[in-house]
Amino acid sequence: MDGQDFRAAEQRIRNFNINFGPQHPAAHGVLRMVVELDGEIVERCDPHIGLLHRGTEKLMEARTYLQNLPYLDRLDYVAPMNQEHAWCLAIEKLAGVEIPRRASLIRVLYSEIGRILNHLLNVTTQAMDVGALTPPLWGFEEREKLMVFYERASGARLHAAYFRPGGVHQDLPQDLIDDIMAWTEEFPQVLDDLEGLLTDNRIFKQRNVDIAVVSKEEAQAWGFSGVMVRGSGLPWDLRRAQPYELYDEFDFKIPVGKNGDCYDRYLCRMEEMRESVKIMRQAIEKLDACKGEDVLARGKIAPPRRAQMKTSMEALIHHFKLYTEGFHVPAGEVYAAIEAPKGEFGVYLVSDGTNKPYRVKLRAPGYAHLAAMDHIARGHQLADVSAIIGSLDIVFGEIDR
Amino acid sequence: MNEALKEIAELVAQRQPDAFVASRIERGELTITVALDRIPEAIRFLRDDASCRFTTLVDICGVDYPEREKRFELVYHLLSMHQNLRVRVKAHVREGEIAPSIVDIHPSANWFEREAFDMFGIMFSGHPDLRRILTDYGFTGYPLRKDFPMTGYVEVRYDEELKRVVYEPVKLTQEYRRFDFMSPWEGAEYILPGDEKGAGA
Repeated sequence: MDGQDFRAAEQRIRNFNINFGPQHPAAHGVLRMVVELDGEIVERCDPHIGLLHRGTEKLMEARTYLQNLPYLDRLDYVAPMNQEHAWCLAIEKLAGVEIPRRASLIRVLYSEIGRILNHLLNVTTQAMDVGALTPPLWGFEEREKLMVFYERASGARLHAAYFRPGGVHQDLPQDLIDDIMAWTEEFPQVLDDLEGLLTDNRIFKQRNVDIAVVSKEEAQAWGFSGVMVRGSGLPWDLRRAQPYELYDEFDFKIPVGKNGDCYDRYLCRMEEMRESVKIMRQAIEKLDACKGEDVLARGKIAPPRRAQMKTSMEALIHHFKLYTEGFHVPAGEVYAAIEAPKGEFGVYLVSDGTNKPYRVKLRAPGYAHLAAMDHIARGHQLADVSAIIGSLDIVFGEIDR
Repeated sequence: MNEALKEIAELVAQRQPDAFVASRIERGELTITVALDRIPEAIRFLRDDASCRFTTLVDICGVDYPEREKRFELVYHLLSMHQNLRVRVKAHVREGEIAPSIVDIHPSANWFEREAFDMFGIMFSGHPDLRRILTDYGFTGYPLRKDFPMTGYVEVRYDEELKRVVYEPVKLTQEYRRFDFMSPWEGAEYILPGDEKGAGA
């Protein structure tokens, strides 16, 4: 006998396995996580992902470069245009296309709108995961306004397909730019209100301070990026470190955390939104200086002007060929990364010189963050798991691809 | 920046002669090709050497070239936040060949290697938990290989009578519309009915 039989039933203790998800309000999507618990302490957690896998990379191999653009929206559907941005940058880098200044400024403006969209969703829903109901209601009101800006620029609230290789699809009307400017004046007040709800909130701090502490070394070893490294004290931001677009012209600060816990990451996100507002205001000022300029690099990868097509046969042929055959990209390989709101979003593009990409690898920041879930959550309470998931800022569109 | 990349390429060639195969710099991006069985040494060197410090593994992915003898390319993207540089490390893998895992060097490689296994069927030795990751439970085949059809082989639906999800072979109500828009001068392959003789000649 192995001694087991001498114990009373209540003394026989074994670890408890539970399924977190696939349908769970705090899972931020379809995440199934098998959590092994010792009492309330997480001993092991194994995220099962792929429930939203759509085979984006496979689909992209069968479509032209332009047809692939909308797939990028559907990755991180919280900040769609930022993903399009990486795709456009990869193509432009491979084809050696310079885009017009005005287009570049519009991209910066909308990338920052995307960042605020993302952080508003993340901060407020994370607050909901730890027990606050008001922040999401307040935050979503602002998100709604921002999505109207998306809609007025592109016609779609979410899946915009607005950034195109060579620039942006269409110029912004002046009244839209004025409305965005007016919004940037009001928004800091909303941020103050949100901070008033959360920053010194006793419950919020109890649930977040010293939870999921990530050191600088861990952040690098686990391939973290974005707020996940900045919260740990590394001032790493691709907009500053490896400037793309016109980010080197802009004046903004990079908020950095100290302790690397959930609370510091929350503070970083709040501060980043304020910096984004600053960037947006600068972008609008710069846009005012280049009114009426073209927003597409009119070459082989962008359509000709409408007016031109009425008179020029070549323009008409070009338009037809562009939207059927699509443009050809020189053979080669390229990796283009942007500072997406969640971290480094990269596109590794292998081209064989035809009108379709040979292979596309989409590097989603959330994938690396969730991969570290087991490492981070070990030793925490079960209730902390939802706070950690919220703080990792994961969206399954980009993780499952 | 190209100077710094060139230095790194030379350094790897010098210090890791067994691993180093080739290097090239294109569009400001350094690609180092290494021998498959020396990947861990090369990656570890790039991480630990004081003048490299590529401490972040950004990504691992496979690329399939069915016509090559060594069919797959394993591509590692590394980032050095200290030097502000990126490097791409490549190795060629034959079908069925086993690549060494780098999980003990970069823990983040765990899921990336699982994905490469899931999508291409590249096996990794020394990986603690090489399961499929993105595809369905019980999935067979490797979807990102070029010989895997885009539509897949099975589709899924909920059966009202059996009260469970059932898998069935894919039925397309309409042929998948794959237009060949390549111009006739650039390699479109038209099939002309009655022109079988011409094709043979």
